[in-house]
Amino acid sequence: MVANAQPAAPITQPITYTDETVRGFALAAVLWGVVGMLVGVVIAAQLAFPDLTYGIPWLSYGRLRPLHTNAVIFAFGGCALFATSYHVVQRTCQVPLFLPWLAKFTFVGWNLVIVLAAITLPLGITQGKEYAELEWPIDLLIAVVWVAYAIVFFGTIGTRKVRHIYVANWFFGAFIIAVALLHIVNSAAMPVSLWKSYSAYAGVQDAMVQWWYGHNAVGFFLTAGFLGMMYYYIPKQAERPVYSYRLSIVHFWALIFTYMWAGPHHLHYTALPDWAQSIGMLFSLVLLAPSWGGMINGVMTLSGAWHKLRDDPILKFLIVALSFYGMSTFEGPMMSIKTVNALSHYTDWTIGHVHSGALGWVGFISMGSLYYLIPRMFGQTRMFSTKAIELHFWIATLGIVLYIAAMWIAGVMQGLMWRALNADGTLVYTFVESVKATWPFYMIRLIGGLLYLSGMLVMAWNVVMTARSGRPQASAIPRLVHA
Amino acid sequence: MDILYLLIPLSTVLVLGIIGVFAWALHSGQFDDLEQHGTQILEADRAAVDRHQHPRTTVIEESPQGQSGF
Repeated sequence: MVANAQPAAPITQPITYTDETVRGFALAAVLWGVVGMLVGVVIAAQLAFPDLTYGIPWLSYGRLRPLHTNAVIFAFGGCALFATSYHVVQRTCQVPLFLPWLAKFTFVGWNLVIVLAAITLPLGITQGKEYAELEWPIDLLIAVVWVAYAIVFFGTIGTRKVRHIYVANWFFGAFIIAVALLHIVNSAAMPVSLWKSYSAYAGVQDAMVQWWYGHNAVGFFLTAGFLGMMYYYIPKQAERPVYSYRLSIVHFWALIFTYMWAGPHHLHYTALPDWAQSIGMLFSLVLLAPSWGGMINGVMTLSGAWHKLRDDPILKFLIVALSFYGMSTFEGPMMSIKTVNALSHYTDWTIGHVHSGALGWVGFISMGSLYYLIPRMFGQTRMFSTKAIELHFWIATLGIVLYIAAMWIAGVMQGLMWRALNADGTLVYTFVESVKATWPFYMIRLIGGLLYLSGMLVMAWNVVMTARSGRPQASAIPRLVHA
Repeated sequence: MDILYLLIPLSTVLVLGIIGVFAWALHSGQFDDLEQHGTQILEADRAAVDRHQHPRTTVIEESPQGQSGF
């Protein structure tokens, strides 16, 4: 049933969507994408050429690596999530954003967090927790911005004019709530000065909280949020409803019920009790089912209209993103099996796995969604250059293939070299021999990363040209006339 | 593993919360007549075109992107 909650009041001028914040976040996502991927290329080069930055402390690998992860996950991915969730929730609820000024605050606040991260991390100010490096004053700011985000998002849902809450909003909503919880629990710390604090947890307890956070950040930030994009922008771009709406609902509930306990697979063969490791492995394996259900559902949306994939580079981005989602969510559970993990853990295989998810799934689904969204934020229906989108797609795809293939080979090689034993039980290889053997793969990875960054630069150019050839325009909210 | 005294109750409360939301969604009819909701997001913009309110910004692209160029 679709019905207006209230009778339509006569209006003299159409009510418009609150798109200013959406526009800001969409442009910010592209800008931070370029920055974050550039830092990624720099650290990839540092691994091949360790003296690249002449030993300058604030350009050292240890400081730039968290800058890279924070920039691509929270700056690029985060801004893309803010932009798309604000866009989708308005369109599917047929109302403007709840408290537009608060939405603007989230834009300013989130970008302030990013700038502070870009200053503090190179200075070596860090909590030393992976993906949660930022020190406590910035953590507090994140918490405030996130609560504001939740108020805007759920307020918009609360004032909706469409009774049914579209499935994309469920994914965005779960992402917002889970990230708030994860961030607050994991960042609990005792400050000793303005820029130094100690975690509230110690030893293996801290490790468990960290990976409870870390893996659920993957599950809710990098998966649920981007699935929200998938369930809106693929149907919109393909102009077809999602293959099975029923399956999308099952996908959602199955995913959020099973995700929470997969984290211990990051701590196989550590001080964490064996049974906790096994539970982590079990839940990780269970996750394969909802993940693949969702992937198949998204891809099959094009069932009967596969020809659209040939002509439309935006759909290529969106559908290839799903295939990488499928690959990563197969590879992940396999790597969580303890015997496989004995080989893969601490090797570059993990880096390859992460980037198959990050470049392939998160990157591509964001880029596809932004290519749909950005022209519409500037009174257009298509990007300035479709050929440039096509170019971006092929450069980026080639980059990913080089990247992950190099890391797979390097990872398996490292794992085998490290475990190789002589007949007398001594190691066949020293560690540095495995580093030396990895060098060619670091070079291939660097080339892959450069290609991916080049694609992002093409996108940035295309976005600037689209913005310049159009102009920001308010879109009226249609009143649903059908029942 | 004292940390489990925090994480297990936390996860349990969360799951109970999720069950609560799921129950609400079921009983408030969110999942009645599921299949038509998938098409609704496609129709939302068409309604705007019919009303001729800023059709430039809300019209759905009828042809695939492939035809434009620069």
